[in-house]
Amino acid sequence: MPAVSKGDGMRGLAVFISDIRNCKSKEAEIKRINKELANIRSKFKGDKALDGYSKKKYVCKLLFIFLLGHDIDFGHMEAVNLLSSNKYTEKQIGYLFISVLVNSNSELIRLINNAIKNDLASRNPTFMCLALHCIANVGSREMGEAFAADIPRILVAGDSMDSVKQSAALCLLRLYKASPDLVPMGEWTARVVHLLNDQHMGVVTAAVSLITCLCKKNPDDFKTCISLAVSRLSRIVSSASTDLQDYTYYFVPAPWLSVKLLRLLQCYPPPEDAAVKGRLVECLETVLNKAQEPPKSKKVQHSNAKNAILFETISLIIHYDSEPNLLVRACNQLGQFLQHRETNLRYLALESMCTLASSEFSHEAVKTHIDTVINALKTERDVSVRQRAADLLYAMCDRSNAKQIVSEMLRYLETADYAIREEIVLKVAILAEKYAVDYSWYVDTILNLIRIAGDYVSEEVWYRVLQIVTNRDDVQGYAAKTVFEALQAPACHENMVKVGGYILGEFGNLIAGDPRSSPPVQFSLLHSKFHLCSVATRALLLSTYIKFINLFPETKATIQGVLRAGSQLRNADVELQQRAVEYLTLSSVASTDVLATVLEEMPPFPERESSILAKLKRKKGPGAGSALDDGRRDPSSNDINGGVEPTPSTVSTPSPSADLLGLRAAPPPAAPPATSGAGNLLVDVFSDGPAAQPSLGPTPEEAFLSELEPPAPESPMALLADPAPAADPGPEDIGPPIPEADELLNKFVCKNNGVLFENQLLQIGVKSEFRQNLGRMYLFYGNKTSVQFQNFSPTVVHPGDLQTQLAVQTKRVAAQVDGGAQVQQVLNIECLRDFLTPPLLSVRFRYGGAPQSLTLKLPVTINKFFQPTEMAAQDFFQRWKQLSLPQQEAQKIFKANHPMDAEVTKAKLLGFGSALLDNVDPNPENFVGAGIIQTKALQVGCLLRLEPNAQAQMYRLTLRTSKEPVSRHLCELLAQQF
Amino acid sequence: MIRFILIQNRAGKTRLAKWYMQFDDDEKQKLIEEVHAVVTVQDAKHTNFVKFRNFKIIYRRYAGLYFCICVDVNDNNLAYLEAIHNFVEVLNEYFHNVCELDLVFNFYKVYTVVDEMFLAGEIRETSPTKVLKQLLMLQSLE
Repeated sequence: MPAVSKGDGMRGLAVFISDIRNCKSKEAEIKRINKELANIRSKFKGDKALDGYSKKKYVCKLLFIFLLGHDIDFGHMEAVNLLSSNKYTEKQIGYLFISVLVNSNSELIRLINNAIKNDLASRNPTFMCLALHCIANVGSREMGEAFAADIPRILVAGDSMDSVKQSAALCLLRLYKASPDLVPMGEWTARVVHLLNDQHMGVVTAAVSLITCLCKKNPDDFKTCISLAVSRLSRIVSSASTDLQDYTYYFVPAPWLSVKLLRLLQCYPPPEDAAVKGRLVECLETVLNKAQEPPKSKKVQHSNAKNAILFETISLIIHYDSEPNLLVRACNQLGQFLQHRETNLRYLALESMCTLASSEFSHEAVKTHIDTVINALKTERDVSVRQRAADLLYAMCDRSNAKQIVSEMLRYLETADYAIREEIVLKVAILAEKYAVDYSWYVDTILNLIRIAGDYVSEEVWYRVLQIVTNRDDVQGYAAKTVFEALQAPACHENMVKVGGYILGEFGNLIAGDPRSSPPVQFSLLHSKFHLCSVATRALLLSTYIKFINLFPETKATIQGVLRAGSQLRNADVELQQRAVEYLTLSSVASTDVLATVLEEMPPFPERESSILAKLKRKKGPGAGSALDDGRRDPSSNDINGGVEPTPSTVSTPSPSADLLGLRAAPPPAAPPATSGAGNLLVDVFSDGPAAQPSLGPTPEEAFLSELEPPAPESPMALLADPAPAADPGPEDIGPPIPEADELLNKFVCKNNGVLFENQLLQIGVKSEFRQNLGRMYLFYGNKTSVQFQNFSPTVVHPGDLQTQLAVQTKRVAAQVDGGAQVQQVLNIECLRDFLTPPLLSVRFRYGGAPQSLTLKLPVTINKFFQPTEMAAQDFFQRWKQLSLPQQEAQKIFKANHPMDAEVTKAKLLGFGSALLDNVDPNPENFVGAGIIQTKALQVGCLLRLEPNAQAQMYRLTLRTSKEPVSRHLCELLAQQF
Repeated sequence: MIRFILIQNRAGKTRLAKWYMQFDDDEKQKLIEEVHAVVTVQDAKHTNFVKFRNFKIIYRRYAGLYFCICVDVNDNNLAYLEAIHNFVEVLNEYFHNVCELDLVFNFYKVYTVVDEMFLAGEIRETSPTKVLKQLLMLQSLE
């Protein structure tokens, strides 16, 4: 095999690279580069036409400079020129330059389309591959628009060379992922599936990736691939280690292709056809059998390749979850790996076993490995392996082993890496709650958590223990006793003080009979911690004290003394000061009866899903809560953000840039929850998390609660002022939209500005603008009366799933609107994905003391995110045909509600957002339009046709889009406009 | 799928960067630095896999060079680990005992090797014989 000499062919380039390498400093390097740039610029500008070789060399130097991290602002034209050279080396440099730089200069793309077109048509496989690789590397929408239609043809053409087919398949995959709407489905799809039978293994390798991607979107259309994949797989796994020659890797036949085929099969349930299924099961058994055979080579490459197939086989077995025999065999195999000397294998075995643990068939088999896993938790050197061990313990936990696992995890916590402490804490908290047989064990466990890793015990965890203790009277006395003991430690964590303070304030009376924990002892124990605590904790303790006054009248004088102290009454912190003042007043003016009512024991909390579980899911993504969800992890799921799309069929592949946003938007690994201010400390105990604050009405029985609510800004002395309405109404407090809401909404489907609502009191005007998937809306609230509106609060609510589809940010508006005045509210809107129902706008205020409330539909409909698309008649019809599946089309025939005026109709269609295409429909009376709905996650191309029939005073409206609900919804929206 | 491939030396100098999703230039630089930070702290007793943002890095060290592939979390670790090795074997054959300098001076050829073996974030061709045959054919073209 001839070696490639250094920079052969381009001596100047090699010299330049050497020069750069010899530069002693950054300055010297920059100097040398600037010199070179000047040289190249003068060559490019010179009168003498450069020959292809020189052009190639200079462009290559520019590329090298760019890769060093310097900006390149010229040379693009020369690179484009290289594309039309008929010499491979020149073309290659041209394409490379473009593929690498295209991010920074997307205008280049338009310039090169022609050259690519020529190369694709050249019938020269080398040039065709260069062009295909360039398209695949750039993968932009523009590229898709220009070439998406050509590539399927190249892929399935009988005379395409194998290497061209390989490149075409993956090129198409890239375009399909970037803009699925641009890749027309057609008769080529059937032929693509048959590439699984291709003689050339490289073609199969490339094609499987394409087919897998297509399957995820259109599982039914590609069902035939199952039997083809099974027979291909079967031929590979049953072949001898040398049969496949070029495709045998360290005695393993076609490992990568096998893995890809196994992954393709994971897009589907087990084959229905008994023969196919039998053959597949045979394959899976063969792979498991081979794992037991002695290795054919000692090289790690051999065992890695073999095990790559084995792990993918196990994934498929877990995915099917229907063959108990195979599941148990898989589990035993993984069990062997748990003690393997290769760290990689131990890691992967722990990971894979985690999913096995959630199958009913293999759960027991997994549990037999508990000791090995506990040992791994203690002894593994790599933290990521220990983390996997902790995950597996969590997944295999059930009632039978919970005590053992929880105690091992607690023990591990004492020495655990800081990076995973919080997660372990969450897991222990969840397991302890889930499998608690007696709640004293649960209380002990949580208090141990706080003792061992107090800093990592988040609010969710200690709120939860309070909720549970409050709800179960059998554990209250034990809890009080235990916290009392825990608080006696000379140094105890502040979270312990919080829990202790709260529990003693509620249930301290249950242990007051014991002279060792008499009321004065309890109080002085708590108060000894007071001065070292943060404001939030001190605020909580003040509430405990006032509760003590009720529980233990004998402590009243002492506590009043504490409250009266200058350090409380004149505390610089407004919350502490307010509490001290109010509690002191309360304790002096209220009668015992009133005190007893106000400071009564907390009512039980409504049962709800543990907020800890929600937090763990947020932290870990899918599968984290699998032991508790009873939902099995879907191994083929694309979802790596812990989002809400569990099944592959609903996963719409967002454009690559959307993926990237997901990557950026991911929360930092161990972001602690935002600590709530002192004011809402206790209120949060009632809620699922810091985000949701229920509004607890200030009824007399719950005065204690309402008092602890965050004080409304306009009335800092909440207790003494009128009971103010709750700050923000939760979604459940919103009334149904007014009856006219739909009609009002319809008025805004084709326009963006106007009066949304009007009655005797209030007028609401709308002005809005939309671009791509973003919008801004101004709402103008006019007070038509001469009296001031008070507590004026307009809020936007997302019913149902809308939260995940549309993001609306609102700014608060002033709480008072003077008579005759107008206030403006700005809404920033982002369309995340397609949606059907509009958000609700709820407006509440007080007019002359009477509460008013009103719920409207916010005029944000999916068509607002339309971007008009101009296209020629022939393109229109081609796309129209591509969207010919019955579910892609929605049609309505309806009577005209308004006079049938062509100009008005045109204006409405334009207002609706689509482009109006002239000279497309053979009948000039008809209207056709096209547009793309832009959402953050995906784009939906839409075509529409409106056929008026003046004689019958009827219309026929047809919508075609790639998404069924969108077609229907648009059709409904638009039909109401005529 | 593969999100990107990076070859870096111990000092963090990038010898190849191949991106299979859109990143802007600043983001690329950040990723390069982050990857370097996470792989260089791994020791030989550790796994060849590192969690990385919402993805994972599969990496292998050859002399002073780290070959890193960033893939989706549910991708097959060992398959990509061996894909790296297969790629390195091809480079070794093509450059006849490849060393870091070969990658520096022939950076534009390395891209060709990558495109032969990986395309659109997927494995395109796995047979070293076929890849080398193709590379030699291209080498012979003007």
